[in-house]
Amino acid sequence: MSDAALAGRSRLALVRESLPVAVLAILIVASSFLNRNFLTGQNIFNLLRQNSGTIIVSFGMLLVILTGGIDLSVGSVAAFSSVLFATLLDERQNDAMALPPAFGLTLLCSLGFGALVGYLVAYRKMASFVVTLASMTAARGGAYMISHAKTIPITNETVNAFNKSSLFRVPYSVILAGAVFLVVAFALSRTVYGRLVKAIGSNETAVRLSGIRTDFYVMSVYMVSAALCTLGGIIESRTGVGDARVCQGLELDAIAACVIGGASLSGGRGTAVNTLMGVLILGLIGNIMVLMRIPPYPQQVIKGVIIIVAVLLQGQNKAK
Amino acid sequence: MAVEFLVRMRGVKKSFAGVKALRGVDFSLRPGEIHALVGENGAGKSTLMKILSGAHAMDEGDIFVDGEPARIGTPRRAKELGVGIVYQEFELADDLSIAENIFIDRLGAHGIVRWRDLYERAQRVLRNLGFDIDVRRPVGGISVAYKQMVEIAKALSANARILVLDEPTAVLTPNETEKLFAAMRSLKEAGVGVIYISHRMDEVFSVCDSVTVMRDGEVTGGGRIADFDVDGLVELMIGRKLSTMYPPRTAAVGGEILRLERLDGDAFSDVSLTLRKGEILGVFGLVGSGRTEIARAVFGGDGLRGGKVFVNGAEARIRSPHQGKRRGIALIPENRKEQGLVLDMPIKTNITMTNIRKVSSRLGVVSAKRENGAVDELVRRLTVKTRDTRNPASTLSGGNQQKVVIAKWLNTDAEVMIMDEPTRGVDVGAKVEIYNLMNELTARGAGILMISSELNEIIGMCDRVLVVDKGGVRGELPRELMTEKDIMKLVVGGHGS
Ligand SMILES: Nc1ncnc2c1ncn2[C@@H]1O[C@H](COP(=O)(O)OP(=O)(O)OP(=O)(O)O)[C@@H](O)[C@H]1O
Ligand SMILES: [Mg+2]
Repeated sequence: MSDAALAGRSRLALVRESLPVAVLAILIVASSFLNRNFLTGQNIFNLLRQNSGTIIVSFGMLLVILTGGIDLSVGSVAAFSSVLFATLLDERQNDAMALPPAFGLTLLCSLGFGALVGYLVAYRKMASFVVTLASMTAARGGAYMISHAKTIPITNETVNAFNKSSLFRVPYSVILAGAVFLVVAFALSRTVYGRLVKAIGSNETAVRLSGIRTDFYVMSVYMVSAALCTLGGIIESRTGVGDARVCQGLELDAIAACVIGGASLSGGRGTAVNTLMGVLILGLIGNIMVLMRIPPYPQQVIKGVIIIVAVLLQGQNKAK
Repeated sequence: MAVEFLVRMRGVKKSFAGVKALRGVDFSLRPGEIHALVGENGAGKSTLMKILSGAHAMDEGDIFVDGEPARIGTPRRAKELGVGIVYQEFELADDLSIAENIFIDRLGAHGIVRWRDLYERAQRVLRNLGFDIDVRRPVGGISVAYKQMVEIAKALSANARILVLDEPTAVLTPNETEKLFAAMRSLKEAGVGVIYISHRMDEVFSVCDSVTVMRDGEVTGGGRIADFDVDGLVELMIGRKLSTMYPPRTAAVGGEILRLERLDGDAFSDVSLTLRKGEILGVFGLVGSGRTEIARAVFGGDGLRGGKVFVNGAEARIRSPHQGKRRGIALIPENRKEQGLVLDMPIKTNITMTNIRKVSSRLGVVSAKRENGAVDELVRRLTVKTRDTRNPASTLSGGNQQKVVIAKWLNTDAEVMIMDEPTRGVDVGAKVEIYNLMNELTARGAGILMISSELNEIIGMCDRVLVVDKGGVRGELPRELMTEKDIMKLVVGGHGS
């Protein structure tokens, strides 16, 4: 960046933008003091792999949040996809599908689901919080209905191979998460789509009066979010089963990741890099707490406190 | 206690992230005077006043109030010292009523709001300004001119001794402006010092006692207004002589390009008009006349209840701004902060927003090179004062923001330009630039529908003017017959009947 640009942008904005990266770096260093084995490549990959589903889903959430909305249904849609996918592949049934149509149909289902939610938010002007609160319940219920509340084993070899193997020691799920990250980062910084999504979150009226179909863009982010939930849900089935109970509370992790990464819930602000940092910060804190043998319930309390602190830090920067 | 100066500011300096907005400004205000503060867009007028009102902290300098050194750190402290201010951009809460906005910090004693009393107080303040409007209405639903009056009422009701008005008349029509001037004069009688910022020279000469001229963050002159004439003042402001304010209209008027037939909407009814290629058609009307609503409806911003719109002879069903744009219609909206700009986004993003496909590949990837090329050219043509078009639009001065809104639509190939107060808050030099642009556009065959509250501008630039009142067209005057008196007569005539 040129000097003029650096001088032109406020230094505080730069500090704010790089805060999540700094926090993650500090955490990594801190954790390596706690446990000398932590900083091994294997562990880093483990961290990434544990969180690859959350990473993917968080980018959908980021797009929704950028428009000034929220998507509470991500966990449910992921679970729904997980069981639908497993059911379609279920080789115990006579009409089991091959992998490509099974995946395509699952993806189509969640796209349709996202389109419905997006339509209600964008064209019917319903509050996204309310619409996705309802769709969260509905999708989870649907998942239980399909699976009869049982786990469905995935015996398809390609799927299991995908979940287990890796390329140059990098697990496939991590590669997938990385690809989603790159696409979203590129879309936000370089494409018409990303730019308009952000602009709509800042001032929808002005964008609409620029002759842009804002409703269409708003609807689309819910579809993207739902599609990414399908990927996330399938990755979360890495234990080899489709399960209606997976991804409970995933929406909270995804929202928290965006917020820790500096995204503003009123829209218009947030970046892909920092959202990634947000997921990793949350995940790493979880790991550190396990290393420190903190029991699960206090862990939740600590997580909550961390989210508040993160938002506070950003609030102070914003006020200035 | 008789002091010579209510306010003295000495050597005031202020920079924003490396941009020097004020480079050592001296300014003083006497009790009982109306003091004009004039200068180009981005000269630093608003910044200086925001320092006086505690909204910005200065980097260096001294301020004396009543001869005593004053440390104005916060808006609250400024208020205690008797500073009242109407900012250039509105600072109203849209969901609250007019009355609540006026008395936002004095809603009632002991934390209890007595609504009847509050409404009465608000109604009284507005009536003193010559305005009658239901003070229970939420501010969000009223026009910018009413919003402006609410801002003014808010500042007046605080009993300020030092009153700053930052371009209050930019959205007002002559009637309201006169009412405001009457209020200013009576404040002056009471010993209040008024600082008045405006780009309208006629107003400065008719209401002000003294003047300070700023340019590029410095004071370039000032004194008693009687010692200046318009040309001299303009030269101090822009650093060169200005030959003509309104460049001659030479574009040939051709065939019909836009026709409205019996349009009905929420705030207007039975509106018919025809705009021709190469023509500038003025729309003049008072506050609340429905002029803005008509403009928005044609563009697709609001719904229509009935009537037909024809573009180039073919009926156009325009239900959204997107469809309006595809039909070759552009709207420069009246309220740049809320409708014209995405303030948090870069200047260049704002400029290319209307036609982003033009600077991106077929797959929707923005080409930085093409974008910069388009943006740089427009910024140069409109003399937008900025160091870097990657900065957010919010860092621009008010007039420069307006130029960005115009640039947005110049970047399209719109054939019908609807301009709602296009020169609102734009300095004299840049106004001439915009007028030149309008001439250029019409010479290329575009038709312009210009809504303006400034009679001079209507008379100077329009080929024809329509007078709008109470949601309907009340009369029409061709260029030859346009005089201030005749236009106002049509407005008043409408009221009489
Ligand atoms: N918050 C800000 N951040 C960065 N730059 C700013 C900010 N506010 C003002 N500036 C810059 O300071 C300079 C002076 O701006 P100011 O708003 O005082 O101009 P002005 O004289 O009021 O102009 P106008 O007639 O257009 O209202 C401009 O160059 C502007 O870009
Ligand atoms: Mg200003």
